[in-house]
Amino acid sequence: MHRILHKEQLSDDVFLLRVEAPLIAQERQAGQFVIVQADNNFGERIPLTIADADPAEGSITLVFQTVGKTTHVLGAKAVGDSIESILGPLGRPTHIGQFGTVVAVGGGIGVAPLYPIVQAMKKAGNRLIVILGARNKSLIILEDKMRALADELIITTDDGSYGRKALVTEPLKEVCQRDPKPDQCVVIGPPIMMKFCAEATRPFMVPTLVSLNTIMVDGTGMCGGCRVTVGGETKFVCVDGPEFDGHKVDFDNMMRRLRAYKNHEEAAHHQCHLDLEAAKLRKAGQ
Amino acid sequence: MSHATPESLRQDAEKALEALQGKRLSPRDRMAIPPQEMPTQSAEDRRGNMREVALGYSQAQARLEALRCLQCKNAPCVNGCPVRIDIPAFVKAIADGQDAEAIALIRRNSLLPAVCGRVCPQEVQCQAPCTVGKALKSVDKAVSIGRLERYASDLERASGGCPKPAVKPETGKRVAVIGSGPASITVAADVRREGHAVTLYEAFHKPGGVLLYGIPEFRLPKKIVEQEIDALKAMGVVIETNFLIGRTRKLQDLIAKDGFDAVFVGTGAGLPKFMNIEGENLVGVFSANEYLTRANLMRAYDTGHADTPLFKSRKVAVLGGGNVAMDSARMAVRLGAQEVHLVYRRTEAEMPARVEEVSHAKEEGVLFHMLQNPRRILGNEFGLVTGMECVRYTLGEPDESGRRRPVEVPDSAFLMEVDTVIVAIGNESNPLIRQTTPGLAVNRRGNLIVEEATGQTSLDRVYAGGDIVLGAATVILAMGEGRKAAASINALLAQPS
Repeated sequence: MHRILHKEQLSDDVFLLRVEAPLIAQERQAGQFVIVQADNNFGERIPLTIADADPAEGSITLVFQTVGKTTHVLGAKAVGDSIESILGPLGRPTHIGQFGTVVAVGGGIGVAPLYPIVQAMKKAGNRLIVILGARNKSLIILEDKMRALADELIITTDDGSYGRKALVTEPLKEVCQRDPKPDQCVVIGPPIMMKFCAEATRPFMVPTLVSLNTIMVDGTGMCGGCRVTVGGETKFVCVDGPEFDGHKVDFDNMMRRLRAYKNHEEAAHHQCHLDLEAAKLRKAGQ
Repeated sequence: MSHATPESLRQDAEKALEALQGKRLSPRDRMAIPPQEMPTQSAEDRRGNMREVALGYSQAQARLEALRCLQCKNAPCVNGCPVRIDIPAFVKAIADGQDAEAIALIRRNSLLPAVCGRVCPQEVQCQAPCTVGKALKSVDKAVSIGRLERYASDLERASGGCPKPAVKPETGKRVAVIGSGPASITVAADVRREGHAVTLYEAFHKPGGVLLYGIPEFRLPKKIVEQEIDALKAMGVVIETNFLIGRTRKLQDLIAKDGFDAVFVGTGAGLPKFMNIEGENLVGVFSANEYLTRANLMRAYDTGHADTPLFKSRKVAVLGGGNVAMDSARMAVRLGAQEVHLVYRRTEAEMPARVEEVSHAKEEGVLFHMLQNPRRILGNEFGLVTGMECVRYTLGEPDESGRRRPVEVPDSAFLMEVDTVIVAIGNESNPLIRQTTPGLAVNRRGNLIVEEATGQTSLDRVYAGGDIVLGAATVILAMGEGRKAAASINALLAQPS
């Protein structure tokens, strides 16, 4: 059982939870993730990236968007409540090195797992250009924390409500056109964004790491549900990743695989909304 | 094939038993007793439920089957048993109506009789050399030792379970056991008995390993696995779930920082093999591990309650010929697929699956396609599986496994229309422990290298057994390995430190 120590709502459907997980807090490194299960009997196992950790407090920070049953259940929890199962830290840590100039691009919720990587890259002595993008101003998260670390921070929104009205690929391309060009790029965000970021850096041959968030069951290499095609080879995101060379990932296949259970999820999600609404009404009626 | 009801099998056995009452049975008389059929749910019924297929012998059937045993002096069956259960003795006890005595005899050597009675490949182990089977010229007519083992252990469970094994006074020594499958359960029990503290680490949210996530309810009820785990808890074994050694804690830290005196690695063969053919990452292609884990451990078949989704399948192809392939095919039947095709590139004779599983699968309507294999998997514009391009094979010369090598027939390509492909061609060892544990020696397949006699790895105080050493094998072999490693650990910890 993992007690929730702190909760914040970062935007309409994005939540931050700080939960007790002393061993994971000690061992985790940038780039790693956990598998979370809200109910051991019938709950699903979903991968969530670790946004931060505090070994002294024995806690890890999870940031998630409410998209399916489990994330909705987690979003409805309060400080003092518990999460039944958290397994981790999983996956290979990010390769942190002294590259020179690193451009880190975060889209939407992807900004959360990007944060510990930016932290580690900064600590390793790199110059950091951070690009954050979202649909609108209210969906930009962790801006202050990123600003504190970045040598240069660029914000874009799709609707122009904050920062530049652009997709992240625009400033990314401009950064790549600079002389000297960046030495390393890290992108975390929705698959479609990572795909186009990889296309943006490809002509400039800037090495580009992407962090993939696929469907998983065990998260330890046992099921292979998370497999992706990288450079023509099958890789498991859970044990070979989650980070891969963005120039080699078959994003189209990955996106199709992510939609494998879409119909089921929508039905479960709908039921979940009904249940949560019913619970709220019951609470209000008491 | 007509389905004999459990009731009719019991009545027939009672009559036959009465006819033998008071007779001194010659070997010829014993061999004339008809082999007792296992009562089962009818194929029609079981296609629609997850309940156990084999229902177990009645006492009359068990006694009659046990009377078929010739009590051979040289007991070839014992040599066929990886843990050398005193088979003639326990079979005789059942024949004499001494069921409690029978289970006590089994328990001397086996820790998991209810499991092994159900999932051991008896026809290639204890029942293969059985004199009765040899005399009747068919291993199918050997004494059904496995069914008798199951009978004795089921009676024991019905009467309140096995007595809690005695635990010696606490020694103050501590042992970490990694994984909670059959090898680990065995080690935990054997080491705990000696009075050492045992902590068992499991990555999943429930302990039991392959017995839980892999073998389906209809072949091994989860209740049985839970009882075995409960027995460990009653002995004082501590179980840590959601704990992945190598990630949550490094193996070497267990000894260096956490004060464990020895470690057993029983993490199994948990990395699914794929065929490496075109189209394998299309939507609708699953490893058997994923398919079975969703249905078994995550209980996805219970669509009203479970959050874990299942892929809706109409026509399923299962690739492979082992028990896992049979489990997957039979699971697909139960999950409502209209057609389930089992595709294997050799013939039925080479299939590693238990004979009983093969015949159960056929009874349930699984369609067998021998000497065929897909060359690529085909998909549509949405990336969904639409079929497989298959080729035919003939059998050539035997290969290194001793089985005849399948040889492709030229120009034999044909199309098989399916929307789901389940790959059940085996598992490799999970790389996690070896990647995160410096100095741990592995072979080229990634299996841990251990000393044959002791189960010790290349690291001091670290032992291993089961599929992580053997490659994908069986429950009973894992248990045998566990016994050996546990004996070594107990010997190590008995030395004055």
